[in-house]
Amino acid sequence: MSSTAQSLPIEISSLCKAYGPIKALDDVSLNIAAGEFLTLLGPSGSGKTTLLMALAGFVRPDGGSIRFGDQEMIATPPHKRGLGMVFQSYALFPFMTVAENVAYPLKIRGVSKSDQKTRVERVLDTVELGGYGDRRITQLSGGQRQRVALARAMVFEPRIILMDEPLSALDKKLREHMQIELKALHQKLDATVVYVTHDQREALTMSDRIAVVNHGRIEQIDTPERLYRQPHSFFVADFIGESISLPVTVANDTAQLGGRVLKSDLAIAPGSGGHRLVIRPELLEVMSGPVPENANDFSGRVNDIIYQGDSVLVIVEHKSVGMINVRVPANRAGQTGLPSKGEQIGLALHPEDTIIVPEQVS
Amino acid sequence: MEQVGQRKIDGLWLTVVGIAVLFFLILPTLIVIPMSFSGASFLEFPPTSFSFRWYAAYFTSPEWMSATKTSLIAAVMTTAIATPLGSLCAYGLHCSAPRIRNIAQIFVIMPIVVPVILIAVGVFSLYAKLGLNYTLTGIVIAHTALALPFVIVTVMSGLQNYDFDQELAARSLGASRAYALWTITVPQVKFSIQTGAFLAFITSLDEVVISMLVSGGDNATITRRMFNSLRDQLDPTIAAISTCLIFVSISALVIISIFNRNQKNKDQL
Repeated sequence: MSSTAQSLPIEISSLCKAYGPIKALDDVSLNIAAGEFLTLLGPSGSGKTTLLMALAGFVRPDGGSIRFGDQEMIATPPHKRGLGMVFQSYALFPFMTVAENVAYPLKIRGVSKSDQKTRVERVLDTVELGGYGDRRITQLSGGQRQRVALARAMVFEPRIILMDEPLSALDKKLREHMQIELKALHQKLDATVVYVTHDQREALTMSDRIAVVNHGRIEQIDTPERLYRQPHSFFVADFIGESISLPVTVANDTAQLGGRVLKSDLAIAPGSGGHRLVIRPELLEVMSGPVPENANDFSGRVNDIIYQGDSVLVIVEHKSVGMINVRVPANRAGQTGLPSKGEQIGLALHPEDTIIVPEQVS
Repeated sequence: MEQVGQRKIDGLWLTVVGIAVLFFLILPTLIVIPMSFSGASFLEFPPTSFSFRWYAAYFTSPEWMSATKTSLIAAVMTTAIATPLGSLCAYGLHCSAPRIRNIAQIFVIMPIVVPVILIAVGVFSLYAKLGLNYTLTGIVIAHTALALPFVIVTVMSGLQNYDFDQELAARSLGASRAYALWTITVPQVKFSIQTGAFLAFITSLDEVVISMLVSGGDNATITRRMFNSLRDQLDPTIAAISTCLIFVSISALVIISIFNRNQKNKDQL
C-alpha cells in the first residue's frame, strides 16, 4: 500500500443510543490508538454491533462524540467518513465481477480507468486473489468472497477499517487460517482496525486490545493476556475462557473461601454484589507430592476422566466446594500417569493464578 | 417396483388435473379469438364463416380509436407514475421499523381489499367537487391509486430477497444513499420493479368500474366503451378488440420474461 494514507486514532466519548427502554449504548467512552487492532467482544445484543454501526454512521447516536483524528464525525454521513467496512454477509455485489466490486469505491472517487486497473490488481494480489478479477462472485468459495470483501474495503486506502464478524460464516479451519492472515494483513496496512466478534478465541488471537461489551457498556478494555489473566468482573472472567466460579467473602483486601484465606497476588477489582473466585481448568496444577505451603489447596477425589484429544479433562470432587475441572495436556497426562477414578489427587492453585472478581463492576 | 409404479400413477393424476385447471383458466379467454374472426354480424361460437371485417370495423371507427388512445395514454401514464412512486414507497417501508411497516402495509394494501365500486363512488364524488370527472388527469390519478399497491407489494417482496447490507457497503465505500440505491439496489430488484410496472399497466388498461363513473365524453376508456357496446349491441367488434388486448398483454408478459431470463443468464456467467 502507498504511504500517503496514515492510520487515525478514534476517540469515542459519552456515546449513548437507546431503542425504547433498551440502552444499546450506555455512555460509552473509548480511545483507540492509531494503527491499533481493537476488538469489540460481547454476546449478541450487547451493543457491540450498534457501536460499530455508530462509527460507520449507520446508527445515529442520541448523544456523545466520535472523533477520527481531530475531526468530529457524529453528524457526518457514512459515505463521507472514508471508512473501509467488511460485513458479516460480505455484501459483495453479485451482478458485478470481482474486479468491478473492488473498483467500486475507486470509481466513486473519480480515479482514472488505468489507475483503477492497477490498484485493483495490486490489492487482489495482496489478498492472494491475483488473476481472479474477471470471475463472477457466484463462482467463488466462501473464503475467496471474504478476501474480495476485504480487498474492496482496503483498495481506497482508508485510514480506518471496520469489520463486523467477517469470519463467522466460514468453517472452523478456514476461520482460524483467516484470523492469522488478517492479523498479518493488518501489520502490512497502515490502518486502525475495529473488529466486532462474539468469538473470544478470535478476539484473543487477533487483537492488540479487546473491549468487552455487555449491556451497552464496556466492562473492560485490555490486552488479550491481561483480560484473560486479570479480569475486572465476573462477566469478563466468565465470558472469556473456560472457568468455574465459587462465591467468596472479601474483607480488608483478603478473600475467604469456606473460612480459609485465599492466597492471591492479584489485586481485587472494586465492585458490588459480592465476589467470586474464578478457577480456570488449565491453571490448576496437579501435584505428585503435597501441595506447597504458598499455594491454595484444592485437592480432592477424582470423579471422572474425560479424554478430549489435545487435552484430558479431570473432574475432581472437592469435599467442601464440589466439582472442580482440571485440564491437563494429553501428552503430560500420559507421562505422569494420572490417578484413576476414585483416587485422591493433589491440586494447587498458585497465588498468581488466583483470580477474585466482583459480581459487578462499580 | 410396485411403489415406483404407484408413484408414476400419482404423478400422472397430478399432471392431468394440472392441465385441466390450466384449460379452465385459459379457455374463456381463448374462446373470443375464433369469435373475432367470424363473418356473422353477431357473436357466435363456433364461428360459421371467416373474415377480418370486425378488425376493420375496430380500426376504422374514430370512436373506438379515440377510446383506445385514451386507454393507452392512461395506462402508460399510470405506469410511469405508479412504478417509481410505488418502488420508493416499498424501499421506504423496507427500511422502516417493523411496527411502522406493518401498520403502513395495511393502508397500502387497502385499494386491493376495498371493493372497487366503493372506491369508484368515492372518487366520483370527490372529482365532482374538484372538476376532475371526464378528464384524463382524473383517470390517471384514480388508476395510479389502484395500481400502487401492486407495485409496492411486488417490489417489497423483491427487496426481501435482497441482502440490504450491500447498500450499506456501497455507502461505506463512498456512495451517497441515492447513488447506492441507484447503482446497487435497483439493478438487483429490477425484475420486481418491471413486474410491478407490468401489473400497473394492466391494472389501468383492464380497469372498468372506476372508468365507468369517472371517464366519459372524449376521454372514455376502451373498457368503458366496450361495456356500453356490450349492453347496446352485441357485435363481434368487441371480440376483435378483446383479441387485440389479449395480444398486447401477452406480448408485454413475454417481453418481460425474455428480458428477465437474459438477465439471469448474464448473472450466472
